[in-house]
Amino acid sequence: MTSPEQLAGFALFDRLTAPQRATVARTAQDVAYSDGTRLFDEGQPASGCWLIQAGQVSLETSVPGRGQVVVHTLGPGDVLGWSWLVPPHHWHFTATTNGAVSAVLLETTQLRAFADHDPALGYPLSLGLFEFLLARLQSTRSRLLDLYGSPRER
Amino acid sequence: MTDPAVLTRSGLDELIAVLIAEGYRVIGPTVRDDAIVLAEIGSGAQLPSGWGVESAPGRYRLRRRGDEAVFGHSAGSQSWKQFLHPPRRRLWSADGEGFSPAREEPVRYAFLGVRACDLAAITTLGTVLGGGRHPDGSFIRRRQGLFVVAAGCTEPGGVCFCASMGTGPEPGPGYDLALTERIDSGGHRFVVDVGSAEGARVLAGLAHRGASSAEIDEARGAVLAAAARMGRQMPAVDIRELLQESRESPLWAEVADRCLTCGNCTMVCPTCFCTTTEDSTDLTGEHAERSQRWASCFELDFSYLHGGSVRVSGASRYRQWITHKLSTWHDQFGGSGCVGCGRCIAWCPVGIDITAEITQLATLRESMQTGEDDPGDKP
Amino acid sequence: MNADTTAGVGAARAVVSPDGEPMLPVPYRVVARRVETRDSVTLRMEPAGPALPPFRPGQFTMLYRRGVGEIAISISGDPSVRDESLTQTIRDVGAVSHALHEASPGDVVGVRGPFGTSWGLDTAIGHDLVIVAGGVGLAPLRPVLLGALADRGAYGRVVLVAGARSPAEFLFREQLGEWAATPGVEAVLTIDQPATGWRGPVGFVTEPLSRLRLDPRRTIGFLCGPEPMMRFSANVLLGKGIPASRIRVSLERDMKCGIGLCGHCQLGPLLVCRDGPVVEYADVRSLLTAREL
Repeated sequence: MTSPEQLAGFALFDRLTAPQRATVARTAQDVAYSDGTRLFDEGQPASGCWLIQAGQVSLETSVPGRGQVVVHTLGPGDVLGWSWLVPPHHWHFTATTNGAVSAVLLETTQLRAFADHDPALGYPLSLGLFEFLLARLQSTRSRLLDLYGSPRER
Repeated sequence: MTDPAVLTRSGLDELIAVLIAEGYRVIGPTVRDDAIVLAEIGSGAQLPSGWGVESAPGRYRLRRRGDEAVFGHSAGSQSWKQFLHPPRRRLWSADGEGFSPAREEPVRYAFLGVRACDLAAITTLGTVLGGGRHPDGSFIRRRQGLFVVAAGCTEPGGVCFCASMGTGPEPGPGYDLALTERIDSGGHRFVVDVGSAEGARVLAGLAHRGASSAEIDEARGAVLAAAARMGRQMPAVDIRELLQESRESPLWAEVADRCLTCGNCTMVCPTCFCTTTEDSTDLTGEHAERSQRWASCFELDFSYLHGGSVRVSGASRYRQWITHKLSTWHDQFGGSGCVGCGRCIAWCPVGIDITAEITQLATLRESMQTGEDDPGDKP
Repeated sequence: MNADTTAGVGAARAVVSPDGEPMLPVPYRVVARRVETRDSVTLRMEPAGPALPPFRPGQFTMLYRRGVGEIAISISGDPSVRDESLTQTIRDVGAVSHALHEASPGDVVGVRGPFGTSWGLDTAIGHDLVIVAGGVGLAPLRPVLLGALADRGAYGRVVLVAGARSPAEFLFREQLGEWAATPGVEAVLTIDQPATGWRGPVGFVTEPLSRLRLDPRRTIGFLCGPEPMMRFSANVLLGKGIPASRIRVSLERDMKCGIGLCGHCQLGPLLVCRDGPVVEYADVRSLLTAREL
């Protein structure tokens, strides 16, 4: 099981008190994967949230004619897996390790139960997740701007 | 310095003749096309005797005076910048691999009748074009050869506001001779202040007499009194700071409803200096040239970048012009770019008044600070 | 693709005085042309007559192609190589840049400069350098990296984060690979759009930047790329506690003269050709978020 001290290293839990981190730590375990490990598949029931410590994970989807397209990669400090939090609780993309990866894996059914039971835990946890999501949204929007494109293309 | 003197009206004609004889090209006010036009003159007979000017926002008319004053008018549409910083100038030509700078005939201008505002404008242009790390050699040479006869204003025009800009009506330093025209029982004459050794030398060659202290005081008094009779004035606020704080003012959208972005203001302004370069070749492509011509920040592609312009809206372009003139000019060149001549007010086709816009900006800022309703709000 | 041809080194040349006629171009001959991407090339040029003064990283020149026109282009060469050659990378986005992009060895172009402020590597001695490049923004930053590598012991960490739309659109691809393999250089390359065969990061340049653990007390940021990319990257560095006075950005505006006389390159109180192109983010932060300034 992961220690609360290890969790303190993740910005995601900055708003939690030490006892709250200890609660979360009860759902956490250290995991390690080799290159090419499928962590989850698009369409499958979503369970589990990975806090990446080292290595790179690709988020991809299948596009007929283009094959497996890597739409995003995550690295150390990133949160992988959100779809467990809200309905329909299915993965929207497929996640595969790109090289060796080590992470902290949260058991999300238990985590949701703890959060439902104690809003004082659930709220700061949600805010932490929201902060990550917001940064993700902002960088995705930046990619949509196609800033590196040439004026000739417009 | 040489004591003030008095020149008669014919003494002024003699001054012009002497300057021409010394090789100066004398530029002075003339009447042409229903306006006061700066042009090369061959004698004092070409000066606008007895002509005055009525000016107001978007309005400029000549009017007949009751006397034969030659400097009894306020500025026309042009300024002296067209001679120091010409509207079009060839920079270089290229044949083969080399580049040759354009040869300019050395020219010595004598400017006759430079008002305080325009004198301040010449000084400002000197800072902008001559005071940086890469001075404009052509401007510097033209200015070095300059002989300036300033004119003290005793009758400010309807659009004038030099007093509130601190540039007049008394001419500041930079003249060789300064004339204050007097027409009264003492005759038609000019009280002459000497501003340089060159001015003293030229004066010494003319028929003149010393000015009495009464005459000196009377002339000075007439000019200082003009300060209280300006057509308009800037509000007594820190205009530089006001514009720094007004970047998002609702005023800009409101001005944009009136401003045609025609750029007249930049053409008539004596300190607007922006230029653009034009490259051309002959039909064979062997001979290439570059020229420089006046440009205006109101031009749509003045701020062209990456396939479009940075300042597209009329509001942003008007904001750029007035903010540069009265605020960022301080950051770039250490002083204000506006000399209060009022030309931009007279020659704006829709009569936008820079002093009224600044006053309105100050009012808007105050109301936003006190939290009252925006006076621009419609009920 | 043209092979890199190296002209022989000429005899010592007269140097154009910095106080000379700054609107007069000086002829330089293209000696090598390397294709970087589908719309960018790097030209190496040597003086056809007197040489211009040596450049400092961050500066630009005004490049002229006969009969077409003149534009401002950053210098992308190695500041530690003092052989009078001039290296500049040009992206074909308009009439003049197209003409420069098409220049081949033997062609003569007109050059004025170097002008503008520098990245200030000398004031970064003893610090960790974080170099963030977006698209062709890597070109004006290349002299920073090369300058630091030429005196590696003078600096702490040297970190490069470079973003491009796709793998094929990175400038200096060969050299990027060398830098990534150099001990003492931490390099991350990331692409905006998915690409087959790419095993590296996929995401906006702010993402790998966010993942860096930096010491805010000794880090200096050097950012160059499209303005939104610089703003967003600056925000990431500010979020890590790096003060805005230690974040340097390279600005771009339309330039006709390059010497502070034509008025085109104004950004509020700044003349980008004279007060920039390199400026401290602290001085321009509010200017860059104002619309149509």
